[in-house]
Amino acid sequence: MNSEENDQSSVVWFLTGMRGLFSLPAFILMLSFVGFCSLTAQAGIPPQQVVFMTGMVWALPAKVILVSSMMSGASLAAAFLAVSLSSVRLMPMVAALIPELRTSKTPTWLLLFLSHFVAITAWVFAMEKVQAVPRDKRVAFFAGFGITLVVANMVLVAIVYHFVADFPPVVAGCLFFLTPIYFLASIWHSARHPVVYIALLFGLLAGPLFYWLAPEFDILLAGVGGGTLAWAVERLWRGRREIGA
Amino acid sequence: MTWHDGWWAYAFIAIAGWLATDIWRWLGVIAGNRLRDDSEALNWVRAVATALVAAVIAKLILYPTGVLEHSPLWLRLGAVAIGAAAFFLLGRKPAIGIVTTIATLAAGLWWLGF
Repeated sequence: MNSEENDQSSVVWFLTGMRGLFSLPAFILMLSFVGFCSLTAQAGIPPQQVVFMTGMVWALPAKVILVSSMMSGASLAAAFLAVSLSSVRLMPMVAALIPELRTSKTPTWLLLFLSHFVAITAWVFAMEKVQAVPRDKRVAFFAGFGITLVVANMVLVAIVYHFVADFPPVVAGCLFFLTPIYFLASIWHSARHPVVYIALLFGLLAGPLFYWLAPEFDILLAGVGGGTLAWAVERLWRGRREIGA
Repeated sequence: MTWHDGWWAYAFIAIAGWLATDIWRWLGVIAGNRLRDDSEALNWVRAVATALVAAVIAKLILYPTGVLEHSPLWLRLGAVAIGAAAFFLLGRKPAIGIVTTIATLAAGLWWLGF
């Protein structure tokens, strides 16, 4: 294949990634952003700032924490610390995704740029779908999906902000609940390594346990503690099976 | 000076929002670039990343904000349990689990007079 054809096929994979906008995960994320709009509208944050926040921060849990810091009048340092702590999870998520995306020739600056578009939805979607994409086209595919999803949600926020003031409570409650349920179903569905099932289960139990023990660092401790235990259990189990076989 | 004064709000969002999240993404790229995709280290990273997301899920279900803050815990857990049963019994399709859970929750909220 000559390089011109190769470029063309990258464009095709970028467009394939863009089409991910019309998928169940993207649809659920957009509904979650409608819910986020209603939160910011109630908090009195102007729509321009909400659009800016959507593009710059992207990860929804980090934005919810940023908004609650802004509302409570927290200092810049306190808000930075709270958002940082909630976002440590992005590091292992990106670290797990990068080996799936890159080839030996992918420049690091491109990966640094594209990492901005990683949040839970894009991560779950990419971990599931990249398997079916040729390795040298995965970066183009992810760029198409990630960039489109961010831009679409910025537009959505700008439009929807003005209409969300008075949702019926049942609708608002269901919008909120969509996010965790979608994450749960799609992680289980897309898991290709046995360790993922165990880590999911341990994380679900460790989350509330550490919230009760050490609420400031609960997510971090639950992830590192629950994840390490899940990894150790799966490794032991794998070792036993290999001996038995 | 408070957060809603013009440029300061944007600077606040950029520092406490953008920088506080992208630092971790960049560190993730640097760490991920060193991992081979069949290594035991990546298996551990995968487990930690999954457990972190799972902890976020558990918190959203157990300690929600907004309207659901006032809903009973048994309703939320019951909706998840019925959704999970539908997911496993009916071919493990995410859409089935999600629709069943949300429909159960909506019916429960309506019945409780929300």
